[in-house]
Amino acid sequence: MSIKEADRVLPVTTRESDSTRERRSVLRPSRIRLYEPLVIGTLSVVLALTVWQLVANARIWSVLFLPGPWDVAQAFVQLFQSDDIWLDIATSGEELAIGYGMAIVIGLLIGLLMGWYTRFQYALDPFVNFFYSTPRIVFIPIFILWLGIELQPKIAVIFLGAVFPIIINTMAGVRNTEAALLRVARSFGASDALTFRRVVLPGSVPFILTGFRLGIGHALTGLVVAEYIAAKHGVGQIIAIASQTFQTPKAFAGVVLIACTGMLLTTVLHRIENRFQSWRPQIK
Amino acid sequence: MYDRSAKLAAKGVVIEYWLQRSRSLFTAVKGVDLEVRPGELLAIVGPSGCGKTTFLNAVDGLIPIAGGSLTLDGREITKPGRDRAMVFQQPGLLPWRTVLGNVVFGVEAQGSMSKGEAIARAKQQIELVGLKGFEDAYPLELSGGMQQRVNLARALLTDPEMLLLDEPFAALDAQTREMMQLELLKIWSQTRKTALFITHDIKEAIYLADRVIVFTRRPGRVKTVVDIDLSRPRDLRVKRDPQFLTYEDEIWESIQEELAVPAERLIAGVPAA
Ligand SMILES: Nc1ncnc2c1ncn2[C@@H]1O[C@H](COP(=O)(O)OP(=O)(O)OP(=O)(O)O)[C@@H](O)[C@H]1O
Ligand SMILES: [Mg+2]
Repeated sequence: MSIKEADRVLPVTTRESDSTRERRSVLRPSRIRLYEPLVIGTLSVVLALTVWQLVANARIWSVLFLPGPWDVAQAFVQLFQSDDIWLDIATSGEELAIGYGMAIVIGLLIGLLMGWYTRFQYALDPFVNFFYSTPRIVFIPIFILWLGIELQPKIAVIFLGAVFPIIINTMAGVRNTEAALLRVARSFGASDALTFRRVVLPGSVPFILTGFRLGIGHALTGLVVAEYIAAKHGVGQIIAIASQTFQTPKAFAGVVLIACTGMLLTTVLHRIENRFQSWRPQIK
Repeated sequence: MYDRSAKLAAKGVVIEYWLQRSRSLFTAVKGVDLEVRPGELLAIVGPSGCGKTTFLNAVDGLIPIAGGSLTLDGREITKPGRDRAMVFQQPGLLPWRTVLGNVVFGVEAQGSMSKGEAIARAKQQIELVGLKGFEDAYPLELSGGMQQRVNLARALLTDPEMLLLDEPFAALDAQTREMMQLELLKIWSQTRKTALFITHDIKEAIYLADRVIVFTRRPGRVKTVVDIDLSRPRDLRVKRDPQFLTYEDEIWESIQEELAVPAERLIAGVPAA
């Protein structure tokens, strides 16, 4: 029979469901496919936590060395019951907001200028290369010397950490503008300003947002390391003191707090990135 | 000598590229003489790499000429202008803009229309090229033929005196190409714009044009001019007309002579990719 023959050429994997073969529109995933990332992701996290808990329960190492997830959770709750925590969070938050905020504004500006004006790039390239290839945290002692142990040295190191990935990615975005699009703009007599605003800038958005996202990682590194070294308050300081005083679960709780902040900010940026990509067909 | 009635006049046009790698000048076009009459649709055919795109870019004002003169309405062409609009071989659409946004881009860049007017006219133009209902689609959601319609509509919306088309249908499949040719003819017969059309496809050239110009191999020059005396309006049947086939043979032979060169000269003529 002809239907039987048609069946034979179907890929092996769909054989069993031949009779009930589901009809779907292209690019419209089934419900299960939609939730698959979430389900598998959650399961793997649960699995990892379970293994961790079991290893900790075995008590091969003391809780001071390896607390289990439950210990960390308890420490986390305790942490938020202490009086100082909000001051610490406010301090770190302020440092982060100012340092990262400045990095976004200045990095974007310099990156766009360097991408658009070749001569500007030639002039600044040596400095960008110098700072970008140096781990910015090596400047912390100097900043502490210059700026003390209040917020300023942290802001400086956060700024320095985040600004270069933003500059470099923004510049790459501008530079990567498709030549064909520039030729179209020129052919229709577009002014430089219009070409920049309507062609170069929108095309650079994905690069710019990638720069922002990379910047967050560098900013958090700068923040925590600077607070480890010298600070009055701050989440980095909590971690440093907790581990020095063998409150290991509390140190872990601090780490979780930093990690959550990083993930939260990265997710927000991912969302923004997706908004800007609505024109891209979602092919999976 | 100088024909005042010509829309576009090219006299001994030489175009050179500077090759940074070999630090030498490369002559792509050498001594093109041609005239395009007002309202005429002139097609240029020629072997690949003979300088057709190069010549068209110079007409659009995107690249300078190294010798000769190139005038539009008697004025020397030095830069792109509102009197010309190019339909590119690659559609060159802004991927983040919808069809409507892309069609208005040309007039937006020229600053020649208010936004409201541009949008209203763009909608008509979109209808004219057969894309009604796709105003809000993004380029990546369109087929190649539809993207070329957007490319065409963008150029038409600027209402140029001269339309420059660089193999606009080359990337399309045979059926879509024939449909697009038909539509281009329809639009052209309504507007009667002067048009310079580059193509690889001899049939396409004969079908569309009033005259077909054959370029020599690189460095390109005008080799033959063939007047196409086929009545308009033309439909697809004209492609089977005996006269059509005669033109086809004539042009094919002319190009053939340009291809029939010793292999070593062909290789020597093409710069390493
Ligand atoms: N930007 C460039 N720099 C250097 N050489 C170039 C450049 N563009 C084109 N050429 C050279 O000039 C010659 C003519 O190129 P052009 O693109 O005008 O050919 P064409 O006739 O349009 O060919 P095709 O029919 O394949 O599109 C070619 O030999 C090519 O290698
Ligand atoms: Mg070409």
